[in-house]
Amino acid sequence: MTTDRSIPSPAAAPLLPLRRQVLAAILSLPAIPALAQFRVEVTGVGLTQLPIALAPFRGEAQSPQRISAIVQADLERSGQFRGIDAAGAALDEVSRPDMAQWRQKSADSLVTGSITRLADGRYDIRFRLWDVVRAQDLGGQSFVVSQGDLRLVAHRIADFVYEKLTGERGVFSTRIAYVTKAGGRYSLWVADADGENAQAALSSPEPIISPAWAPNGTQLAYVSFESRKPVVYVHDVASGRRRLIANFRGSNSAPAWSPDGRQLAVTLTRDGSSQLYTIDANGGEPRRLMQSSGIDTEPVFSGDGRTIYFVSDRGGAPQIYKVGASGGNAERVTFSGNYNISPSVSPDGRWLAYISRVGGAFKLHVMDLGTGAMNAITDTTADENPSFAPNSRLIVYAAQQQGREALMTATLDGKIKARLAGQGGDIREPDWGPYQKQ
Amino acid sequence: MKHLKRLSIALTVAALMAGCSTGVKLDDQAPVEDRSAATNAGANTGNTAQSGVAGVNLGQSDRDGGGPVGVSRTIYFDFDSYAIKSEYQSVLDAHARFIKAAPGRKVMLEGHTDDRGGREYNLALGQKRAEAVRRSLGLLGVSDGQMEAISYGKEKPAVQGGSEDARAQNRRVELSYR
Repeated sequence: MTTDRSIPSPAAAPLLPLRRQVLAAILSLPAIPALAQFRVEVTGVGLTQLPIALAPFRGEAQSPQRISAIVQADLERSGQFRGIDAAGAALDEVSRPDMAQWRQKSADSLVTGSITRLADGRYDIRFRLWDVVRAQDLGGQSFVVSQGDLRLVAHRIADFVYEKLTGERGVFSTRIAYVTKAGGRYSLWVADADGENAQAALSSPEPIISPAWAPNGTQLAYVSFESRKPVVYVHDVASGRRRLIANFRGSNSAPAWSPDGRQLAVTLTRDGSSQLYTIDANGGEPRRLMQSSGIDTEPVFSGDGRTIYFVSDRGGAPQIYKVGASGGNAERVTFSGNYNISPSVSPDGRWLAYISRVGGAFKLHVMDLGTGAMNAITDTTADENPSFAPNSRLIVYAAQQQGREALMTATLDGKIKARLAGQGGDIREPDWGPYQKQ
Repeated sequence: MKHLKRLSIALTVAALMAGCSTGVKLDDQAPVEDRSAATNAGANTGNTAQSGVAGVNLGQSDRDGGGPVGVSRTIYFDFDSYAIKSEYQSVLDAHARFIKAAPGRKVMLEGHTDDRGGREYNLALGQKRAEAVRRSLGLLGVSDGQMEAISYGKEKPAVQGGSEDARAQNRRVELSYR
């Protein structure tokens, strides 16, 4: 762990007990907005979690979002952090915290900060990260944003902390897409990686399935049945502009982007059975990838773009295979069981997540592509559609919970799971988007 | 052929994608000047969030009817099967005669599965059922131009629930005239 020397330490700001009490009283007011759509429930325990204290940000009790709580939930959901109680602490980014006090609470790190409403309605958010053990300032940042981006700022703070303390890039400021079915309507949502702040990109009386983020994080490809057959669209989420990518005779489905964003792999039935094609992202004539006798579907590109993993029943039962991105001979990847579907390759190329039927249950499995070793990582029985976070450390998937479809995240070993608990219908078809441009 | 009615309404103002929430290093000696870069980076004022999404709202599409009078428009399949049972031969005969009687008629063959398994794989399995019906109608002289085989997979069950009875009613191909 290194200290960023370019950031001077703050002037000493002794803590005043009286001020602390006043602040604690304010902080006890309920501050979570009623529009919170999801709830995070960490159900597992990891062995090497970093203890971190998130002091309430000065001014956050009066702000629309509790920044420190969002940051803490993000870090805990990653499985690599354990939150230490910091209620009542009266600190901000210019305070010099009493390290002995935080060591006593067994915190290794401490985040302090503030949020201030500016005259023009925007918010100024500042924070600082401390290494409590070494009493070192690890740096801080400031942001000026509109109210609608306060959660985004909290996720960026979590990303900063995560990267400083683990050495790996965080995924908290990324977005996920998913589909809900409620009251006979289907909606495609774009939400923060914690499931909050969901905004509807598309609402339709007909089914929507298989959303897939473009590598630039601004467009979604998906299958919509709005014309009463499955058709593949590409949808710019900021503008709502849509264009048809595959609307050929028969069914058009299972879009997957190449990592360079220039083409999509899709499943078409224009020549009879379900077969894989690649098609230019701007449209045009599809190119058939292979000729097989049975079903080929659910293509997905590897992170380097050289390989396409897919599902085929060419051997009699659905199994996962791989083939060169421009075609060639397919090679079988899964050998255990007789129903293996929905492959997702981690961006670093090391892992394959997929759904395997085991004794009538559909369970999320993770395979180490280097060794072929695999594990079922859930205790649910109707898992669907895994998708990797861009840092390859978490998987989002759909599962049945108390008779409803819900979204879950899990670490690759399955030890830490969090439910993105939704309201208002069945939640399904998650796809984890790429890193956002800073 | 009926056209899909689509109401595309942009529900929110297009978001400005300028990178206005980019983090700026804290520097206590010049905090205000330091974040001026962020302040000036774009017209991000008021409630225009950079993470904004413009929603699109689709209306109800047209429903259909049609087909030969008094003839079933649904063909059911056994579990894990894509073969048309002999009991449906007379149903297919009647549909074939009806389609051939008017060259302008077009039928969609919509394959469906029960609720078990993945959505995309079920889409492919439903397609297999629809293709089986397409081939049968083809053998009865229906031209390819008058029919299209598509699949809904498990997305549009006829009956809700995971009972064996419900599943049997969901493994089907519906003949839909448009």
